[in-house]
Amino acid sequence: MKKKIFKSGMDKKIFSILGYLFCGTIAVICLLPFLMVLSASVSSNEEVVRTGYSILPKHFTLSAYQSIFSNPTVVCRAYLVTIFLTSTGTFLGLFMTSMTAYVLARKDFPWRNKFSLFFYFTTLFSGGLVSTYILMIKYLNFKNTYLALLLPLLFNAFNLLIMKSYMISIPGDLIDASKIDGCGDFRTYLTVVLPMCKASFATVGLFIALAYWNDWYNAMLYIDDETMYPLQYFLYQRINNIEAYKRILSQSTSAVAGSLNLPVHTLKMALTVVITGPFIFAYPMVHKYFVKGVTIGAVKG
Amino acid sequence: MKKGFFQKVKKYKVLLLMLLPAVIYTIIFCYLPMSGIILAFKDFNYRDGIFGSPFSGLKNFEFFFSSGQALKVTKNTVLYNLTFILVNTVFQLAVAIFLSEMKNNRFKKCAHSIMFLPYFISWVVVSSICYSFINSDYGLINQYFSFRGMEKIDFYNTSSLWPFILVFFNTWKNIGYGSVMYLAAITGIDTTLYEAAEIDGANIFQRIFRITIPSLMPTLIVLTLLALGNVFRGNFDMFYNLVGSNGLLYDTTDVIDTFTFRALIQSNDFGMSAAAALYQSVLCFITIVLANFAVKKYDKDYSLF
Repeated sequence: MKKKIFKSGMDKKIFSILGYLFCGTIAVICLLPFLMVLSASVSSNEEVVRTGYSILPKHFTLSAYQSIFSNPTVVCRAYLVTIFLTSTGTFLGLFMTSMTAYVLARKDFPWRNKFSLFFYFTTLFSGGLVSTYILMIKYLNFKNTYLALLLPLLFNAFNLLIMKSYMISIPGDLIDASKIDGCGDFRTYLTVVLPMCKASFATVGLFIALAYWNDWYNAMLYIDDETMYPLQYFLYQRINNIEAYKRILSQSTSAVAGSLNLPVHTLKMALTVVITGPFIFAYPMVHKYFVKGVTIGAVKG
Repeated sequence: MKKGFFQKVKKYKVLLLMLLPAVIYTIIFCYLPMSGIILAFKDFNYRDGIFGSPFSGLKNFEFFFSSGQALKVTKNTVLYNLTFILVNTVFQLAVAIFLSEMKNNRFKKCAHSIMFLPYFISWVVVSSICYSFINSDYGLINQYFSFRGMEKIDFYNTSSLWPFILVFFNTWKNIGYGSVMYLAAITGIDTTLYEAAEIDGANIFQRIFRITIPSLMPTLIVLTLLALGNVFRGNFDMFYNLVGSNGLLYDTTDVIDTFTFRALIQSNDFGMSAAAALYQSVLCFITIVLANFAVKKYDKDYSLF
């Protein structure tokens, strides 16, 4: 018989204090940077130059936002590009992923193992950056086209796996029944299978949408035309340009620096807010579906 | 036999047609680039294209290995990934266990939602956050140091500090996402085990170390093995955004992916970039197959193929 180390109930109290401390601290650390970016974006630039970034805003002002929206077409265009890519990409991606997953989940389809291997092999071996780059630019001529941003993220084996693992759980009897009713394979997919997979659509759709929303890599590789920049790459460019400005400023005399009068430090943060904001607002609604998707995706993939 | 095959094709023609878009897509964007790995053995010039360029034997590899770059970037990639796996697992597991034992559901939900937040933002945004923390003049950390009368640290010139910065942001970004798996696994544990332990007089720490953690072992082992499969794959997004093209930091931050990228985009050295990429692809292939084999041995249901 082991001795009891704790008085009854004490262990739970200690543990729950530890738990609240640990999780609370981590939650604060996760939230803090967002607060800092937000408060820096509404601080005055002079104050940031003088005393640095901080958690609470100093000298509340919207001048950084004003200088972003003084020329709203640039930001708005980047927004439109991203919204267009995200919506089109998510729609097409979901269609292609679910259609493929449906066929691979059909137990009577004779070549499903062969095709599954065909798709999953891509997670094992890839041609690498160079050949993809040459393919896109030299052979497909995708330089400076929206296709270069749309196509690379459209379909992948990981999403296929998540979708398929949902679809496999649909009873085969249902599919048989709809066929007896005279539905073809494609109509069975559209009218019987799709309505049953709403949850997986939400999950996979969110994964695809997030990939498009956060994509800057393909834009960096394939897009030179500034009017075609999506949001993240727009931000990336601005951050680096501001860095470049600053380098010039630090080398030149303060008179020149003053005449430029760009609120560099707060501008960067305001841009970050403008670009991340919409997704953060949508976040409470989509959080649930992500949790679901991760649980399935984690096990398989 | 042949006739049977055509009959089958005819019978399943709709399903085959439905597969067609994905098959074409995969051939173009995944399998065609694979043929490009011969570039690693060629002296590429843009005019002759992939197949027209002259062969150069193993010259590209020789250069990649003899310059000492191969060893450096491989070491960095592997060490970073191993650290990420270890730190991530410990933190995610701890968060999951603490959260699952919490009685206050509102706090639980709220805390987890906040922890999940960083997962949704792009590395571009993280880099701007990182900058506001560690910038030598205005950053929060140096502000604090100068407030306490300590020497400021020039992070962007001190390569030895970057492993900590990168590990911190990687953990920060993945903690909510990663803990979901463990949370789900904990809900799957048979509650009668806990009840029995309670009756036997086990305290909460014994319960966690004797029941929760052992029950999570399968999930933990599978996830770790799968992560080990990708040990040669560097997270380009993270390294490139946080470090950028800051040559002072390459010693401790250059991974295979950033090296490949720079060789291609900055120095236009197609051959070396292809050689490095092929080297990485082969290593990845081996580790993923091995990891999958190990997973299969451990639990058949979890293996990828």
